[in-house]
Amino acid sequence: MLTLECPYCGVMADETELSPGYEAHLKRFGPGASPEEFEAYMFARKNPKGVHFERWRHSYGCGKWFLAARCTATLEVFGTYPAQVSEPPADIIAKIQARRPDWQPDWKATK
Amino acid sequence: MSTRLAKGGRLIDRTAAVEISFNGKRMKGYHGDTLASALLANDQMLVGRSFKYHRPRGIVASGPEEPNALVNLGSGARLEPNQRTTMTEVFDGLEASSQNHWPSLEFDVGVVNNYVSRFLPAGFYYKTFIHPRPFWKHVFEPIIRHSAGLGKAPTTGDADRYEQAYAFCDVLVVGAGVAGLLAARAAAQDGARVILLEQAPQLGGRSPVDETTVEGISVEDWLAKAEADLRAMDNVTIRTRTTGAGVYDHGYVLADERVADHTPGDGRPKHRLWRIRAGKIITATGAIERPLSFAGNDLPGVMLAGAVRDFVVNHAVSPGDRTVVVTNNDSAYQTALALKAAGLEVPVILDARDTADGALPEAARAAGIRVLTGRAIAKVKGGKRVTGVAVCAQAGEGAVLEEVSCDAVAMSGGWSPVVHLWSHCGGKLLWDETISAFVPDPARPPLNHDGSAMVSVVGAAAGLLDLPAILEAVASTGISARVETKGRRKEDVTKTVKTSVEIPPIWVMPQGAPITLRSKMWLDYQNDVKVSDVQLAAREGYQSVEHTKRYTTLGMATDQGKLSNINGLGVLADALGQEIPQVGTTTFRPPYTPVTLGALAGESRGEIFQPLRRTPMHESHEQSGAYFEPVGLWRRPYCFPRAGETHEQAVHREVLNTRSNLGLLDASTLGKIIVKGPDAGKFLDMMYTGVMSTLPVGRCRYGLMCNEQGFLSDDGVVARIDEDTWLCHTTSGGADRIHAWMEDWLQCEWWDWQVYTANVTEQYAQVAVVGPNARKLLQVLGGMDVSKEALPFMQWADGTLGGFPVRAYRISFSGELSYEIAVPASHGAAFWEACMEAGKALGAMPYGTECLHIMRAEKGFIMIGDETDGTVIPQDLGLDWAISKKKADFLGKRGQERSFLASPERWKLVGFETLDGSVIPDGSYIVAEGVNGNGQRNTQGRVTSTYYSPTLKRGIAMGLLHHGPQRMGEVVEFNTVSGGTVKARVRDAVFYDKDGEKQNV
Repeated sequence: MLTLECPYCGVMADETELSPGYEAHLKRFGPGASPEEFEAYMFARKNPKGVHFERWRHSYGCGKWFLAARCTATLEVFGTYPAQVSEPPADIIAKIQARRPDWQPDWKATK
Repeated sequence: MSTRLAKGGRLIDRTAAVEISFNGKRMKGYHGDTLASALLANDQMLVGRSFKYHRPRGIVASGPEEPNALVNLGSGARLEPNQRTTMTEVFDGLEASSQNHWPSLEFDVGVVNNYVSRFLPAGFYYKTFIHPRPFWKHVFEPIIRHSAGLGKAPTTGDADRYEQAYAFCDVLVVGAGVAGLLAARAAAQDGARVILLEQAPQLGGRSPVDETTVEGISVEDWLAKAEADLRAMDNVTIRTRTTGAGVYDHGYVLADERVADHTPGDGRPKHRLWRIRAGKIITATGAIERPLSFAGNDLPGVMLAGAVRDFVVNHAVSPGDRTVVVTNNDSAYQTALALKAAGLEVPVILDARDTADGALPEAARAAGIRVLTGRAIAKVKGGKRVTGVAVCAQAGEGAVLEEVSCDAVAMSGGWSPVVHLWSHCGGKLLWDETISAFVPDPARPPLNHDGSAMVSVVGAAAGLLDLPAILEAVASTGISARVETKGRRKEDVTKTVKTSVEIPPIWVMPQGAPITLRSKMWLDYQNDVKVSDVQLAAREGYQSVEHTKRYTTLGMATDQGKLSNINGLGVLADALGQEIPQVGTTTFRPPYTPVTLGALAGESRGEIFQPLRRTPMHESHEQSGAYFEPVGLWRRPYCFPRAGETHEQAVHREVLNTRSNLGLLDASTLGKIIVKGPDAGKFLDMMYTGVMSTLPVGRCRYGLMCNEQGFLSDDGVVARIDEDTWLCHTTSGGADRIHAWMEDWLQCEWWDWQVYTANVTEQYAQVAVVGPNARKLLQVLGGMDVSKEALPFMQWADGTLGGFPVRAYRISFSGELSYEIAVPASHGAAFWEACMEAGKALGAMPYGTECLHIMRAEKGFIMIGDETDGTVIPQDLGLDWAISKKKADFLGKRGQERSFLASPERWKLVGFETLDGSVIPDGSYIVAEGVNGNGQRNTQGRVTSTYYSPTLKRGIAMGLLHHGPQRMGEVVEFNTVSGGTVKARVRDAVFYDKDGEKQNV
């Protein structure tokens, strides 16, 4: 029974108020995508023991989707942030690295 | 002979006698007794039989760890099996009966297993599963099924009620011994909101039995003051009789409060399940004493030394006149002294250690008790109770040095800290060589959401087995400094305090015991696992402790190995030639002690098992005698049977009447989602396979939604309300899911699109007016033009009917002339009544969901969930016409391009009519030539909808068939449950009014 802070309404929400949406920051591949791209988009999910980015919806609260960075092994939550980003914001990365100095993003920053 | 002592007993009230019965025998106890102490007071040493060998068993412990003394408690609607006598408070009229015996406790047939025990070795189940296979089915399984299970399952509903409560606190303290009381007080004085849980009815833990003074004053005075201090503080809540059952993520704790177990039928809930969210958890859960493994250690009369002490001091019950004490540590000497002080005999203390010169052993010697060091029990003598012990050297192989007669044995193999709550959510353990036990590793606690330690451990649970160490830990650090509230984080320093108690590892007694003795040394009393079983498992290659547990069933009983785990680990480690930390321990999982299902269900029983969704017309349907079926959380009328009618007859009448006169359907459950905004059209073109952006205002269009894999997910009619507003109808069960799906894409993918959605399903009531007389009914109600010209098929119009504000949709799911009339929900019931009243002269009858299904099947309309199952694409159902070829993209388009979905080899939708007119059984497959690898017939299709059509007076069906549309006229065979097949001809799926003339009037 996790608690996550909804970044929209500021509530520390119980897991019973939330719906899971699994991995965050997936890039959608539609018509024209290669079989490999589409397979990766549909099926290839990370399953890390450690830092992970997830989608959650405050279903029984404000109804907003948000994203959470947390450790799947210790359940520590590094932060939550609005869903309207294509990669985790710098302050979240900084929070993760403060707690997990060895952790490095596995994507190329767009800026 | 166990009996009640003439004086003493700090918990019992001798002026308040109660009468209880055990196996029908009446016995006397006192208020304050547990069932265990009352049974012992009445010399009832034998209380049950063990699971596998049906060995006679007595009370071993005095707390929740009790493995043996489980009883059926109560009777009838208040029967509860597997109740621990040590946790059951007596009350007048308590009824208990022993378990797992036949025909009687004293004489048990199953005890024959005892003599064939070499045929029931460790891994018995696995071995017999493997071979010989027929034996399992015909011999072992029937025998095991007959004898399996300890208690009797109740056969009637539970007469009691249960409730759940939520609580929030900064600091939750579990356990109200000295350490827990100090922790709670310190946190409360810090200003924290504190909840203190205690499983016993009274506070104090073991201290009133084991200590005389605390901080220089008598233990009684100290406890009274500590409790008074806490009760005086507004920010402290104390719940007694409440067990901290489980620690979960981020400070979530379940606690089980036994509210009325001891006052059954007084109107209060039997249990209250607390669902607590705590900022910080402090476990002060103490330690559990371990048995010693010597031959015959399971005989009634062999008890834990601490339990013997508890019964003497708390309940003035002596387990025996002559009690031999056997130990590997000093604490058991307290038992000897307590027995002596009560005027009872302790013929000898057998100490496995070579020397025993601490304060307690010296006190025992000074009291004139014979102390033998380096000695062990070779064997306990007796049948259904202890009659004596054979003494041997611990270092040897069990050669008997002398025999001592006694009627009880008090054993202590040391103390294991209760680390369960620490471990539930990932707290790690260290092996403490000083006390031969696992203790919490303060460096690796379970974490809270903010990365701080979620659980701290104080007192004996932290491995501090003596009061001075517990107090020193408090004094040197201040518990309050370690209590993290409101984001403060301080260093945890209890680890610097060491307990003065030393407990050497003694896993087998004597250490060189031969197999004859080892096969009589019980580790797990409840599941009958012996030292020899664990050693056999090790020899057979079981190295992992988790595998050994499952192979031998060690620690898998209702007590979850509270007594047996560490001893079993010690034996396994020895057998494997490894150290215990390398072998590791099994996982501690919640709950700590069993929680009754009633408490977990709470109030969710019967009528309020789950919330019900009712349409505005629900009450009217009830009055009409509707037979309801669940559709999601909705209850919808399945049919409206009349007096003397079966449901089937009612459904057929409804179909025929709707086709020939007029039917009324409560369609309010239909999902209704408003999609609005400058980009709404673009958005709906992504959501639906068809084009919605071009739909003219005032018009309706049928649409399909797919998931990204391309599989059909939902369908419904979309109406264009105005330039930037669409109303999307979904299936009854799909409204919430589809609304969430839309929001997901809008918020997470196309967040720059200006679209607003609202699920208005419950804001409107909807009535389908269906049949040749449908238009006449609306004309009778009057108020708007519903003619063919003013409101053609697949259009909608706002207006009034019978004075009600309505939106009338000219759509049909039945093939008849049909309108769906939406009214504001508040008008729903009145509008339904108005339609029924006005429809009387037109032959109107209400119809239910089954009639709806039959009529749509007669027309070949698909139903989400019947024709679809998450593996079906629209193309399989011949719905290519509803998929845009022009659109560059929509959800599911790329998925449908995958080779196996684009393949011409897929099963496709067609209709079927049986040659004999019968109804194809639901779930049937269409068989093909040959058999598959499992010897089953190959298949080439399956039925998806199958009904008796009252209109056509024959069975009709839709289904998916390999190359279906190319095989019109062919006869195929459907399998049936009875083994035969039904022949049916492949045909078009539209059985009724193929050209749509009926609806187009």
